[in-house]
Amino acid sequence: MDLHTVEWIASARSRSDLGALGPDVAPLAGGSELFASPRPELTGLVDLLSLQWPPLVIRSDGLEIAATCTLAELSRLPAVPGWTAQPLFFECCGALFGSFKIWNVATVGGNICTSLPAGPMIALACALDAEVLIWRSDGTDEVMPASGFVTGNMTNVLQTGDVLRSLHLPVRALRARTAYRKIALSPLGRSGAVLVGRLDADGFLLTVTGATLRPELLRYPAVPSAGQLQRDLARLDSWFTDAHGAADWRRAVSAVLGEEIRTELEEETPTS
Amino acid sequence: MKLTVNGEKIEATAAPGQSLRSFLRDQEHFEVKKGCDSGDCGACSVLLDGVPLHSCIYPARRADGKAVTTVAGLGKDGDLSPLQQRFVDAAGFQCGFCTPGMVVTASTLDEKNLDALPRMLSGNLCRCTGYRAIEDAVRGTHRPVGEPRQPEPLTSAAAVGRACGRVGTSLPAPASTRIVSGQEPFTLDIAVPGLLHLAVLASPHAHARITRIDVSAAAALPGVHAVLTHADSPATLYSSARHENRLDDPDDTLVLDDVVRFRGQRVAAVVADTVAIAEQAVGLITVDYDELPAVFDPRAALAPGAALVHGDKDATTSRLADPSRNLVAQMRGEHGDLAAGLALASTVVTGTWQTQRVSHVQIETHATIGWIEDGRLVLRTATQVPFLVHKEICRIFALEPADVRVFAARVGGGFGGKQEILTEDIVTLAVLTTGRPVQYEFTRVDELTISPVRHPFEVSVTLGATDDGRLTALGIEVLSDTGAYGNHGPGVMYHGCSESMALYSVPNKRVDARCVYTNNPPSGAFRGYGLGQVIFGIESALDELARKLDLNPFDLRRLNSIGPTDALVVTEPEGDDLIIGSYGLDQCLDLAEAALARGNGAEVPAGPQWRVGEGMASAMIATMPPNGHFSGASIRLEPDGTYTLGIGTVEFGNGTTTVHAQISATALNTTPDRVKIRQSDTDVAEYDTGAYGSAGVTVAGKAVLAAAGALAAKLRLAAAERTGLLAASWMPEPTGLRSGSAFVPLTELAGPDGLEATGAENGALRSLAFNVHAFRVAVNTLTGEVRILQSIQAADAGVVMNPEQCRGQIEGGVAQAIGTSLYEEIVLDGAGTVTTRVLRNYHVPQLADVPVTEIYFANTRDILGPYGAKSMSESTYNPVAPALANAVRDAIGVRPFELPMSRDRIWRLLQA
Repeated sequence: MDLHTVEWIASARSRSDLGALGPDVAPLAGGSELFASPRPELTGLVDLLSLQWPPLVIRSDGLEIAATCTLAELSRLPAVPGWTAQPLFFECCGALFGSFKIWNVATVGGNICTSLPAGPMIALACALDAEVLIWRSDGTDEVMPASGFVTGNMTNVLQTGDVLRSLHLPVRALRARTAYRKIALSPLGRSGAVLVGRLDADGFLLTVTGATLRPELLRYPAVPSAGQLQRDLARLDSWFTDAHGAADWRRAVSAVLGEEIRTELEEETPTS
Repeated sequence: MKLTVNGEKIEATAAPGQSLRSFLRDQEHFEVKKGCDSGDCGACSVLLDGVPLHSCIYPARRADGKAVTTVAGLGKDGDLSPLQQRFVDAAGFQCGFCTPGMVVTASTLDEKNLDALPRMLSGNLCRCTGYRAIEDAVRGTHRPVGEPRQPEPLTSAAAVGRACGRVGTSLPAPASTRIVSGQEPFTLDIAVPGLLHLAVLASPHAHARITRIDVSAAAALPGVHAVLTHADSPATLYSSARHENRLDDPDDTLVLDDVVRFRGQRVAAVVADTVAIAEQAVGLITVDYDELPAVFDPRAALAPGAALVHGDKDATTSRLADPSRNLVAQMRGEHGDLAAGLALASTVVTGTWQTQRVSHVQIETHATIGWIEDGRLVLRTATQVPFLVHKEICRIFALEPADVRVFAARVGGGFGGKQEILTEDIVTLAVLTTGRPVQYEFTRVDELTISPVRHPFEVSVTLGATDDGRLTALGIEVLSDTGAYGNHGPGVMYHGCSESMALYSVPNKRVDARCVYTNNPPSGAFRGYGLGQVIFGIESALDELARKLDLNPFDLRRLNSIGPTDALVVTEPEGDDLIIGSYGLDQCLDLAEAALARGNGAEVPAGPQWRVGEGMASAMIATMPPNGHFSGASIRLEPDGTYTLGIGTVEFGNGTTTVHAQISATALNTTPDRVKIRQSDTDVAEYDTGAYGSAGVTVAGKAVLAAAGALAAKLRLAAAERTGLLAASWMPEPTGLRSGSAFVPLTELAGPDGLEATGAENGALRSLAFNVHAFRVAVNTLTGEVRILQSIQAADAGVVMNPEQCRGQIEGGVAQAIGTSLYEEIVLDGAGTVTTRVLRNYHVPQLADVPVTEIYFANTRDILGPYGAKSMSESTYNPVAPALANAVRDAIGVRPFELPMSRDRIWRLLQA
């Protein structure tokens, strides 16, 4: 929709141009979230796309995803040999309620910074132990685990003027085996729960998103028993209710999907 | 910025915060539609350098230097792309408002991603078709409906005529080629020089008196032309609901009131050069409120001491049952003796069912443009009832009927939601105040928060039966929450309790129904008009009874439903105006039962958590509204030998225009392309009550038939006068009249002035249509997921006028009902605020959600309807929810009593 109060858009060319950000000036990436609801508080936008960050950089230690990388670009990354976790990219894009046309503009960073419980790029980043690089408004850089970035339903660690620059997915996680489950109140509805399991030399990680106000990560040195996993899931306390599912249902289906993931990864464990 | 649109170079300025959608519409690319403005519905889809986007959430300035392709760039009328032609052939649209975005999106799909079609079209919502026809169009898999028998022609000579275009054939909608290329103008698809825009200040309170409004800062803002408050409002009370008889609805509404009764109600309006300025000015209005006690629960509203929503109203003049108890309307009656009937019963079933608020989600939002032309007020508006709007606007503003013109272009979906005055009143006030053209367009948030919703009903049913399954007692108690205003409240309550009860032949019946005010947003007319809510209760209770008696649910209906000659009784015998003009319920039951028994080979999902069940339900509906529904048609032979039909009713995806063309062509033995139709305009057509109550074929169609028949008679007479041959010997043909070897061209008969005849229908007699739905479902007991394995609807539509369209109406009704049954709910916070304010939080069925429904037609011929036809638009919706609930009950052993049967609710049923 038209953002009537926006009086200017500036194209950022360097990090210093981000100094214009403020309470009434927002960073603009794909725009699919920004332009989807009235934003009467905004008078200006700083366009990040003009910074021309390379969307996807494959390195020996993993993958760097620019915050401005679109979901379409991420989902189309040609398969990298050995990266067994890569199908998760497409699977998580598929958990976005927005259509494939949204994938063409929506960015990985935008999805994470919107910080909805159902944000599928949050699930992806947490499940693969991503680290995020934040450009703080004071000019400093901060690197932190993606799992700590989202603090609640549409809240995160960014302060006014901060910008999410990129994610780094470590190669060890990309070489892990993963299992993905999503459920919503309708076949392709906005996620009520998105769970991702990962198994590698470091152990077993179950990431719960969509069903909880913030990502919940359960880590084990190896695939846990069904009972253990259920007990730990039952201890989580951030299940919530909205139009996409009641809290009790979200807890219950997360238990079902968590067990499916556990079983899938346990069964496929190579007998080496 | 510079860009190309469909190859044409454009140089224009976009505002910094402007979306590509509104920029393109500013360039008069009206084929780019607004459905949601939030990237959810896809009506605005365009290609940017070949990449499909939702243009409503794309910053316009990013299109600088790029090439935009809209649906009009893919092919135009006369030169359609193969994909567009497939949408025509498959009837891949009804109202056509979503079609431009649908076609643009589909144009980017290749063989590979056709496999993922549900996902690829997840961002394109269609509210009319139910998607089967769209999928056929995209995939190229369309097959015509099994050719039905031909109806008898009006004249024996018509046997000479062409099959195509006659009643009984699947003539495509006359607007088809324009729809699929985006060239058919809807309400706002017009450039009006000097157009001003209107924005509204919404009440933050559920109930409050306005003690002071300061508009000085708003009025002083450059670009503001008027600020309207209750001080400017006419003092005439009216209802936003429109009916043939204006006394059907309580007069409880003002254009602008000094008391607000629901959150979001209009407090003031600003008229300004742009929407941006109007919205800015709205923010500058300061209002002092005295908050008043409010009530949100319909039961609490009836309790002594409850806050009174319209305590200031006079019961007689506003036509309210008892405003001192928030009681809008009440219906109590008994036929026989319910208690005695229950005493005779060996088995009794009772239960209470609850339905939710549902939004129509016509993809075109409500909108009106008004202006002054030759000293008259003109309203171009998204309405189902232009003539009723005309009457009431004249009444509210004390205008002479001759000084007002109301018309509708093609309307982008209705479903009852546009049987209201929601934008016309305030636009009229703005136009009369400023003298300028003014536009007011609802946002999707407006649609979900202030546009009337389907009335939520609590329905308690008591059934008694003997061991053989014979009903001895049928009683219902109904409580309807009409919200803060009574629009459609009484009608929906009465209608809800009528055909639902009359369908069953039971010696003892009782109805106790109440419709009450609350401070919730208003409820209004919705497809089925109350019947669906009550049918959900009654048909669920009947299913429970069949289980208790170990009877086949089809047999239970056969045993207790009215037969073709039975009396129609709610609690009193129905009036003589309602007759069983044809009876196909028996066939519908047989057809649905046989299809269910046959199965469809759908595989049950693997795993012990899946349980399978079957369920069915019946529905009956009158073929038009009660107490008169009027339509006058005129048809004119033009000097060039073509015909022009004038008819007041509205086209909003109901397909009546197609059927009217078919009726005219059949009666005049011509081809539909020789019949030009002018419609839905108080200046060009005779009075028509409007397009509601499924009256487009049964009322307006009958008027068309009468007019066409009268013109045919006139033509014969004229030919006889010219030749001396007997009038009866002349038979019309497409270009002239023939009598043996004699032939008189139509152009000669028309003369320089043409030749005209009229016809009318008054709706004095109504018939009944029947629908039976059946489902086989699988339910996941761990997650509550309901998967529809087989969906069947058998319909008694009388003679099917246009099989393709009628199939589409049924599919669309079923899809909307599946949305109601499983997904959709306008959620309130308990204090009058809607929390489901955007489409991503209000789940309208996507292609992925809707199974293909098997459709069967009963073989009947109605004695009232034109060519034996009956209505078939609302009725298709009504049996679906109970059929699905009964199937779920069969699968999981627990009965759902509440809609929607969302996965979390089904899961919770299983935890008890």
